[in-house]
Amino acid sequence: MSTASRVMDLPEERAWKLPSRGRVGMLSLIIGESALFTIFVVAYIFYIGKSLTGPTPAQVLEVPILGTICLLSSSFTIWRSEHAIEHGRMRAFAGWLAATILLGLIFMAGTAIEWHKLIVHDGLTIRTNLFGTTFYSLVGLHATHVVLGLSMLSVVLVLALLDRFPASQSERFAVIALYWHFVDVVWVVVFTVVYVIGR
Amino acid sequence: MSNLQSDLPMPIQGTLESEKARRSRSTALLEWLQGWLVTVDHKRLGILYILYSIFFLLVAGAEAIFIRIQLAIPNNHFLTAEVYNRFFTMHGTTMVFLVGMPILFGFANYVVPLQIGARDMAFPRLNALSFWLTAFGGMLLYFSFLGGGLYGAGNAPDVGWFAYAPLTARTFSPGNATDYWALALIVSGFGTLGTAVNIIATIFSMRCRGMTLMRMPLFTWLYLVVSGLTLVTITPLTAAQFMLLIDRYLGGHFFDTQAGGSALVWVHFFWIFGHPEVYVLVLPAFAIANEIIPVFSRKAIFGYPAMVAASVGIMFVSLGVWAHHMFTVGMTSVTNAFFVLSTMLVGIPTGIKIFNWIATIWGGRVRFQTPMLFCLGFLYQFLIAGLTGIMLSVAPMDWQLHNSYFVIAHFHYVLVGAIVFCIFAGLYYWYPKATGRMMSERLGKWHFWLFVIGFHITFDTMHFLGILGMPRSIYTYQPDRGWNTLNLIVSVGGFIQGIAVLIFAYNFIVSYFKGDVAGDDPWDAWTLEWTTSSPPPVYNFAEEPEVRSRRPLWDLKHPYDTDWEYEG
Amino acid sequence: MSKNEGGTSVGWGLSQVRQVGSSVNRSAIRAWMAMGALSILPGVAVAESAGSIPNMMRPEATPAHQILSLTFFVLLITGSIFVVVAGLLTVAIVRFRSRNAGTVVEPPQIYGSTQVELAWTVVPVLIVAVLFLTTARIIFAIQDAPKPKDALDVTVVGHQFWWEFRYPALGIVTANELHVPVSPVDHPQPTFLKLLSADVIHSFWVPRLAGKTDLIPNHENTMWIDPHKPGLYLGQCAQFCGAQHAMMLLRVYVDTPTEYAAWVRNQQKPAVQDPAVAAGRRVFETEACMNCHRIAGTAATGVFGPDLTHLMSRSTIASGATTNTPEHLREWIKDPAHYKDGALMPAMQLSDVQLDQVTAYLATLK
Repeated sequence: MSTASRVMDLPEERAWKLPSRGRVGMLSLIIGESALFTIFVVAYIFYIGKSLTGPTPAQVLEVPILGTICLLSSSFTIWRSEHAIEHGRMRAFAGWLAATILLGLIFMAGTAIEWHKLIVHDGLTIRTNLFGTTFYSLVGLHATHVVLGLSMLSVVLVLALLDRFPASQSERFAVIALYWHFVDVVWVVVFTVVYVIGR
Repeated sequence: MSNLQSDLPMPIQGTLESEKARRSRSTALLEWLQGWLVTVDHKRLGILYILYSIFFLLVAGAEAIFIRIQLAIPNNHFLTAEVYNRFFTMHGTTMVFLVGMPILFGFANYVVPLQIGARDMAFPRLNALSFWLTAFGGMLLYFSFLGGGLYGAGNAPDVGWFAYAPLTARTFSPGNATDYWALALIVSGFGTLGTAVNIIATIFSMRCRGMTLMRMPLFTWLYLVVSGLTLVTITPLTAAQFMLLIDRYLGGHFFDTQAGGSALVWVHFFWIFGHPEVYVLVLPAFAIANEIIPVFSRKAIFGYPAMVAASVGIMFVSLGVWAHHMFTVGMTSVTNAFFVLSTMLVGIPTGIKIFNWIATIWGGRVRFQTPMLFCLGFLYQFLIAGLTGIMLSVAPMDWQLHNSYFVIAHFHYVLVGAIVFCIFAGLYYWYPKATGRMMSERLGKWHFWLFVIGFHITFDTMHFLGILGMPRSIYTYQPDRGWNTLNLIVSVGGFIQGIAVLIFAYNFIVSYFKGDVAGDDPWDAWTLEWTTSSPPPVYNFAEEPEVRSRRPLWDLKHPYDTDWEYEG
Repeated sequence: MSKNEGGTSVGWGLSQVRQVGSSVNRSAIRAWMAMGALSILPGVAVAESAGSIPNMMRPEATPAHQILSLTFFVLLITGSIFVVVAGLLTVAIVRFRSRNAGTVVEPPQIYGSTQVELAWTVVPVLIVAVLFLTTARIIFAIQDAPKPKDALDVTVVGHQFWWEFRYPALGIVTANELHVPVSPVDHPQPTFLKLLSADVIHSFWVPRLAGKTDLIPNHENTMWIDPHKPGLYLGQCAQFCGAQHAMMLLRVYVDTPTEYAAWVRNQQKPAVQDPAVAAGRRVFETEACMNCHRIAGTAATGVFGPDLTHLMSRSTIASGATTNTPEHLREWIKDPAHYKDGALMPAMQLSDVQLDQVTAYLATLK
């Protein structure tokens, strides 16, 4: 041991490479956000079937298949977009990015239509019963994150179209993409809990 | 823009005579003020955090004094029930969220970049944002005394710092006091989250050449652990606060027992936050002790890898013990037994730490300067706090002692006896680095001895009040219960602590102007922050340091007996 | 200073052993004073007012007894740990203090020792194992104790800020003062409490009988007591429940079989109907009192406040805030905030004549 550290120029010391702060920061944020979502998910699961009045999930919820497919495929498009900017193919980057935003918008539109139906047609609001409270809170929390992600992506897209987002910024974009992947993964959990287990 | 500002030299009053002559006094003052308000320098933000916390320490301390005047004699009418309930709620909330967390993150802000040889935090602007969010949260909370809302002014939160549902429901807490409480904690919670992210990124990505993870000073290691724990601790509270506000504003039913909601869900969520929170506060205290005990014992820390492992171990175990705050809510016997076991397990890594500190002192040459005195007080008191903690982890004993003054005594042993003692130790230790001047040793010793005496008069006595059946959170008590004399003693101790803190505050201010000049390395210490000037320049280090061991300054001072030959 | 702490905790416990079952006397206090500075404190407390102290170290029922014996065991272990560790620490500080301030010679640097560190990891593991097993045994013994067939059932409902006691099998409803039969060791007659809450979380705690258990809305809890000696046992709400949490006091009367039977007989009667106080009854029935209070055998059937059918059989009012005398009763009705600011009972703005009348009426409800 001690003889090893006597050697002045260890390889690890010559090449002093540390992880990028953006990635570390985003991963930390994601860990924190996961804990936030965990609490809402636990509350949702705990209150399944505990509402004193209707409507119940089985009566009113429809599985949002289109929205789910769109959101999940947006993980693929953003990955292509990351790949493109790393290799300096800026047009492909903007194209895949636009596709990602479009898919996200379709998902949000799906949510809007679903909520409109639930509120106007089924009379389910956040104050109706425990299902309403937990449903709108959990799905709404996720939707808020989608909106946040879409805003960041849109800013990047606008900058990219104005040629103000050079390929040298690929690391920053990778950090945003990380967030978008996280939002997708959370949807898998929310979808499972709300539309599979909870229905 | 703000970056530019922080690059200007510090225009502290009295240091720039020639410039002052050219400009009017008020312009200079405004510039000085602006320099602090828009700063993104980690050292200035660290100082802002610490000053902010000391201010609230005095505020919440004053609340404690009022509480103790009220309880000094039975059937007292010094405070009404409502005012008392506000004061104990605000005392607890303030001490945890506006004193404990900000001051500890203040230390991190100031010291961590210096210790790892970095020029700033990973995200300086996020750092400023985090501080101002925290500061705004505190101001929002205290604005409730003035703002109040529907039910008139002066309607501060009065539901306890734990704010158990359904007492926080609109039905039982009308007005806006509870909303101030929830909103203020959400806002400062975002600040805390930002700081935690920042510290983690700084430690992972900003270390100077040669500082591998296992060569980081233990102080930095513990802040890495604390920040990781904060990420998964503060967010559950934020989630629960969101739910509370959804209930109160949007008519939700998360904690609405009339609509099938469960009060226990809040209690669980609160303690999923609340228990690890104790470790979020105590691990930085350990961090400070890990710096000071070796330096003032003149020996390297004993068992560095075990200390790291124990800290990480405490972090993980602490996430699985929350329900020991809930032994009386009627969980099954098996659940109770599980949480007894998980709680007792915390004692093992904690024991390792205490033994390693003793072993560090063993064979050393202990110097009894003020920082070390506070650390030694910490060691005894933390030992006792741990042992009363074991008593409370024994569920049947907890059925008796829960929510009694024994619990109050226990957690003040942790929060004051351990954490506040370490905070004082840390303030005395790094004050010369931050200001270039020493705090007075003579006043420091007065502060220490008065504080330690007052502390024991107050909190040792409280254990007995708990055993004699006195519950917490009561604004007064009957004269026939046998609590009169003991309560008077507790109150007297409280005043002695108050005087000690005032001596500290005096010392803190006066030493800034009149203290002895410190020099770069007044304690003959070993970590990187002592290599640069006191106070350090904005860029911290003229050239980026490179380290080969955990104690780079030791290596420098003892070129024929360097650490890196021995560290495994 | 801190060094004495653990030693005295043990000492305090041991001196309590001597106390159990015997009344406080001078020699006991003198013995306490001999235990050292800190252990005088409980002595002071006991000297202040013997008998009514809710002292968990003087148990009179099985759960409290079992907890106390476990407490002694835990105190023994933690006390020993304290003596060893604080002793080591003190030796280290004294022995290795810097004797010569000017010296620049550093002591030998020691970085760690695997064997030593392993030892002080294994020993705590063993201690935890022993503590856990002992604790688990008592948890199961108290919490999962079988309920005998002839156990008395009482439902306790917590309200802001008073206690409601229902005896379903006996048809009795009363408030704030719980009467249970004594449960001698050779002929147990335990009482099982079903704990509910009408509003927020409360906690039932009478230290000399048992540990506390919370009363939670929408969540039923149970606990049991078997007081071995007749007498009055004090307690109070132990979970912060709002403005007057401090005045949510609790009295448990443990009656001899004869006393208990007499109490039950009286409680089961409808309220006294005395024509001399008819005016007061009219006030009670017309001035909204009856919206919240019940008096059996009259039109008053309210459920939000305490049942007043046998109000005068209780020794306190306002959940123990003051003693139950006609003067206090009158003041309480006139201005509840006088005794209990924040209590949910409103001041009804009665005239002095009405106050006299309604107090006279209530004073007949024996």
